[in-house]
Amino acid sequence: MGESITFWVLAVVSVIAALGLVFSRRAVYSALMLGVVMFSLAVLYAVQDAPFLAAVQIIVYTGAVMMLFLFVLMLVGVDSSDSLVETIRGQRFWAVLAGLAFAALLGLGIGNAVLSPPKGLAAANRAGNVPSLAELIFTRHVFAFEVTSALLITAALGAMVLAHRERAEPKQTQKDLSRARFVRFGQLGRNPGPLPGPGTYARHNAIDMPALLPDGSVSPLSVNRVVARYEAAEGTLPPEVERILQEEALSERANGHVARPLGEEDGK
Amino acid sequence: MNNPAPNLSDFGHDPLWLSIIKALFIFVFLMVGVLLGVWTERKLISRMQHRYGPNRAGKFGLLQSVADGLKMGLKEDLMPRTVDKVIYFLAPVIIAVPAFLAFSVVPFGPMVSIFGVRTPLQLTDLPVAVLLVLATASIGVYGIVLAGWGSRSPYAILGGLRSSAQVVSYEIAMGLSFVAVFLQAGTLSTSEIVAKQAGGGTWDILGMHIPTPSWYVFSLLPSFLIYAITMLGETNRVPFDLPEGEGELVGGFHTEYSSSLKFAMFMLAEYVNVFTVSAIAITLFLGGWHAPWPISIWDGANTGWWPMLWFFGKLVLAFCFFVWVRASLPRVRYDQLMAFGWKVLIPLNLAWILLAATFRALRLPEVDRGGILALGAVIVIGAFAIWLRFDTTNQRRRERKAAEVEEEFEQLREEPTAGGFPVPPLDLPHYHGVVPAARLHHEAKEVTSGSN
Repeated sequence: MGESITFWVLAVVSVIAALGLVFSRRAVYSALMLGVVMFSLAVLYAVQDAPFLAAVQIIVYTGAVMMLFLFVLMLVGVDSSDSLVETIRGQRFWAVLAGLAFAALLGLGIGNAVLSPPKGLAAANRAGNVPSLAELIFTRHVFAFEVTSALLITAALGAMVLAHRERAEPKQTQKDLSRARFVRFGQLGRNPGPLPGPGTYARHNAIDMPALLPDGSVSPLSVNRVVARYEAAEGTLPPEVERILQEEALSERANGHVARPLGEEDGK
Repeated sequence: MNNPAPNLSDFGHDPLWLSIIKALFIFVFLMVGVLLGVWTERKLISRMQHRYGPNRAGKFGLLQSVADGLKMGLKEDLMPRTVDKVIYFLAPVIIAVPAFLAFSVVPFGPMVSIFGVRTPLQLTDLPVAVLLVLATASIGVYGIVLAGWGSRSPYAILGGLRSSAQVVSYEIAMGLSFVAVFLQAGTLSTSEIVAKQAGGGTWDILGMHIPTPSWYVFSLLPSFLIYAITMLGETNRVPFDLPEGEGELVGGFHTEYSSSLKFAMFMLAEYVNVFTVSAIAITLFLGGWHAPWPISIWDGANTGWWPMLWFFGKLVLAFCFFVWVRASLPRVRYDQLMAFGWKVLIPLNLAWILLAATFRALRLPEVDRGGILALGAVIVIGAFAIWLRFDTTNQRRRERKAAEVEEEFEQLREEPTAGGFPVPPLDLPHYHGVVPAARLHHEAKEVTSGSN
């Protein structure tokens, strides 16, 4: 009685969720609907006296696999839509073929189960649900079990190989970067420390306000070149900043340096 | 009364009213537990930080969490305009419900008599009860992830993504740490695991009979240690509270849930999850409801309603452990967390399971000991050879790096301006013609950092 009530409730829920999976416009909703279908399946297993299968269905499929799906979908972005260009040639034909083959396989499997006389739950669970299952997996079906795990490991390995990127040069650690900054300081006299923030010792801390040195003069290091260029075009550049920029340009021309903003990191 | 420990066949006979009473008790117990737990945590962590903590509402501030809960219930429930309304609403429900479910398989005590019905002090038990706990935990993650995604906020989605990766990885290590217990106990049902920890033999030394500990925390210590670490990761508690790391993500996955009833659900779920993992630690490793040693000498300690008291005592201690860890440890960095989970906890756990299984196989009565030992020796030697290979490679790499650094410093010492380190000119007046020690004694070498 309870079993059939559960079945009819879950049947409606899972069919609706399955339809939602196919027809919902957003990938994340589809994934959630798939999660609902998987969860309903797990409850059905539990009602059918297969507690181990139910728990594993939730842990592995609903918990881990679906979560990874969601993970990917969320990283792809909220409102990204599918590209409708088919990149694989003959995709539809092969998809239909695979679908038909799968349907045939499913029909054979179900027909096999329906037509042969059932052993009964008592015979299947004689040594308890978990030990009986363990016995079957590790004796009769051990080859299929191991082959499946080999397949999964191969897939994981393939994913790792595809995602792997060989480094052309060793990764620069913080220490290497720091050392490079000091070398640059020795060669070019470039400031190795962080730049002064705008507005230090000043009355404003806006980005267009250069920092003042303790003697009240403007610190050239803190002049934001982008903002200064914009302000020069607008004609609102403060006179002392303008003076500093001019002096800099003069001295650079005198030294034969290429004009380059002071604060900018030059890439290696 | 001669065998008070229930087993699987004792379940499923309760009349409906008794099941309702038990379920209601668990619910009320967890709700009150959360109220008191928040208070305990705030008081305890305050004392660890040399302050008083809440002490205004009620005696010792006991009513503080009641006041906070009321405030959360009465606050305006904001729904930000850009959120995904359905998911935003569902997420707190999804996270809170499974948290309660897991407690249905936690054994509180042995067989007792309630209104004339003999029944175990446990709502239900399954042949796969411990897996049910893992299953509810994995459903609970959905709440966090969906809260993050449905909020449409960068902080929240980062928190949600961090959480999904973290919890899935730590669940693997957690599940592996159960395996040794299953091997030892031969069952996955919580009540039977507790029954298996009932009593070991006695250890006769110098004429005294010292009872050997039968709890799995002693015989399976590595499993317990790994579980204790993963339970911090699984419940997003400090030092693994990255999903809501407030220093970097404001509030993480619940940033957009301003302090309303929905936020209260997250809070509730977090504390209930802490209770659940503590209860599982107690059930699997700390003897369940069995009395600890000095009390267990008394014969009546493990019968009737007394075991519930021992269970609660253990639960309080486990919760205090969480608070203690929170007060002591800083938050780890995310990549370190993942590397620790995958590269340390899981391999260690696998190796320990192999070892435990080998011991178990050796103790079986009809077994070829020589064959097992030979196989074990081959595996150990093989593992040692692999380790040696890696170790010599690493050693060589370290030596090469040290030589490089040494060479660079040698060059800099000879010619300070070459590399550009800011070294003052050596003929400065305040040196008074004294040659610096580094130039005088060539064997007096600088100890450079990072050169090992």
